[in-house]
Amino acid sequence: MIKINNLQARVEDKEILKGINLEINPGEIHAIMGPNGSGKSTLSSVIAGREDYEVTGGSIDFEGEDLLDLDPEERAHKGIFLSFQYPVEIPGVSVSNFIKTAINESRKGRGEEPMEAREMLAKMREKTALLEMDKSYLSRSLNEGFSGGEKKRNEIFQMAMLEPKLAILDETDSGLDIDALRIVAGGVNKLRTADNAVVVITHYQRLLDYIKPDFVHVLYNGRIVKSGGPELAHELEEKGYDWIKAENA
Amino acid sequence: MTDLAQDLLSSFVVAEPQLNGSRNLGVVNLRKEALDRFEAQGFPTTRDEEWKYTNLKPVLKQDYRILLKGDDAVSFADIKSYLLSDLDTYKLVFINGKYSAWLSDSTHQSFDICTFAAALNKYPDIIAEYLGKAAPKGETFVDLNTAFADDGAYVRVKANQTVDKPIEILYLTTNENGPAFSQVRNLIIAEQNAEVQLVERHQNIGEQPSFTNFVSEVFAARDARVSYYKVQNDAEQATLVDNTHVVQKEKSNVHVGTYTFGGKLVRNNLHFYSGGEHAESHMDAITIIGDGQTVDHHTLVDHQEPNCYSRELYKGIYLGKSHGIFNGKVMVRQKAQKTNAFQQNDNILLSDKAKVDTKPQLEIFADDVRCSHGCTVGQLDRNALFYLRTRGIPKREAEGLMTYAFAADALEYVKIPQLEKRLNRVIAEKLGINLEFTL
Repeated sequence: MIKINNLQARVEDKEILKGINLEINPGEIHAIMGPNGSGKSTLSSVIAGREDYEVTGGSIDFEGEDLLDLDPEERAHKGIFLSFQYPVEIPGVSVSNFIKTAINESRKGRGEEPMEAREMLAKMREKTALLEMDKSYLSRSLNEGFSGGEKKRNEIFQMAMLEPKLAILDETDSGLDIDALRIVAGGVNKLRTADNAVVVITHYQRLLDYIKPDFVHVLYNGRIVKSGGPELAHELEEKGYDWIKAENA
Repeated sequence: MTDLAQDLLSSFVVAEPQLNGSRNLGVVNLRKEALDRFEAQGFPTTRDEEWKYTNLKPVLKQDYRILLKGDDAVSFADIKSYLLSDLDTYKLVFINGKYSAWLSDSTHQSFDICTFAAALNKYPDIIAEYLGKAAPKGETFVDLNTAFADDGAYVRVKANQTVDKPIEILYLTTNENGPAFSQVRNLIIAEQNAEVQLVERHQNIGEQPSFTNFVSEVFAARDARVSYYKVQNDAEQATLVDNTHVVQKEKSNVHVGTYTFGGKLVRNNLHFYSGGEHAESHMDAITIIGDGQTVDHHTLVDHQEPNCYSRELYKGIYLGKSHGIFNGKVMVRQKAQKTNAFQQNDNILLSDKAKVDTKPQLEIFADDVRCSHGCTVGQLDRNALFYLRTRGIPKREAEGLMTYAFAADALEYVKIPQLEKRLNRVIAEKLGINLEFTL
């Protein structure tokens, strides 16, 4: 699905990604872990197309196409979704109007007809129920005055509505209590199919008890320094990141 | 003194005997005194503190015709698009400053919704009680208007009456014979516990430049409720100086919404005199302008009595080479304890060439008050834009959505749904976006 090859990126003069290699296939869940400042969020931003980062080398191939040539919205139309660590508040735009706009712009971008109002409504009902959200969510201003947990749940709601091929969840567990974590993770698990893939970016093992990864990668100092199965996450939980740092000093 | 000022002074001699109200000695004296003050003061220049950022010189240089004639050739089809077509309203339509009976829909049933000309000729007591009592003497454009204006909208709602439908006031300029200088005037009186909604518009439908010097005096008695919406979406050759002065008594509630999208130069002088306890004064504005346009908002809330509330929310979006000015003053007099005043002016510059000068001012002489004020000038939040784009919303639409959301705040108090819908449409159009959501 996506092949990242020797990806290097910097912001202003600071080199952050120093050659990332990663391949993800449909149906897989990958976890990317690592200490603070290792480049996890930069990697997700670069995949989604944030213009503040300058890609200085390497490539990202998404279903046979060079992703780096595309605008963020075009990447979204192709099926890439990024759940933000800090979702942005947009006063004056309701959740339902926002998601309608997002879905129909994405369909337009793919040359499809807009979604029927009835279908849209039915889908919103289904997905709010999936995430145990009250319907009143839909008429509230996007993320305005939302608690940390509500914001994250709203991110997964948008993911459920947009049905991306590749979803990147950036620190989705931060700021969540255990109940919210269970609901959010449950939502992600229910949205899994053989055709889509999920990248979970997290600092802690906790979320991975709920969303079981097939592969775990450790990102340190702009490189993936270790890859393995789910057992790697447990090892990190037990030993912390110091041994990784020591190995790569 | 400019030539236009000279022309005005010499025209007055010819015009004065023919003006409506010229047999009323009180009115005659008011006009003469006002003209004298105008003669002494002339037009303001950028050396005047209140006109520092707005240079009138280019628009005053035109060779304006001062004594205008009505125009019978205007049909309903010509003006339809300037009215709220999906709503039943009273209509007061003026062409080149003259009332057009055949385009209007006035009434004398339970309330007077007619013309300032009729009031000048027929209601000397009302004129003596109200004319010139809200708009201050010594303001040069007010004085000039007082000297010349003899028609416009006259609305008087008697005690405990609610006007059953909104009143639309439309001032048209056709000026086929050259640039037109027009001076019209409203007198709006809401008596005790009366309620009225007004929608007002100035529109140049000719091809020549126009300059409208407009005065609107609004009186809200105890418990009266007035909603007054100004839709300023005039042609690119039009200049408007709008002097709106509102006098409020106890527990009255007045809202003035100013929505500016058009015109070459628009200057709004909007003053509230909060002269009764528990009065509420609301002001909202949305300004969206582009290349070659200037909009200058000068507002004043004068809190004279205790326990009053004022709220002012002015939003500006500036495209191209446009210039916005906000000068908002909140005055709290010594007696006006427990005043609660809120003022906010937020601006977004969507172009490198756009410019905003903003100056919020507080003058407080009471010690137990709650006043907040602030202003911002900025660009759209990059982080928020990226967020929207990752959801598949293209850059242009994302900018539009955010800009729309920024402006829409100031529509919250619009009580006429058809007007709100229409304003939404104009905003979307001005921002060049086609938003998916229900407007």
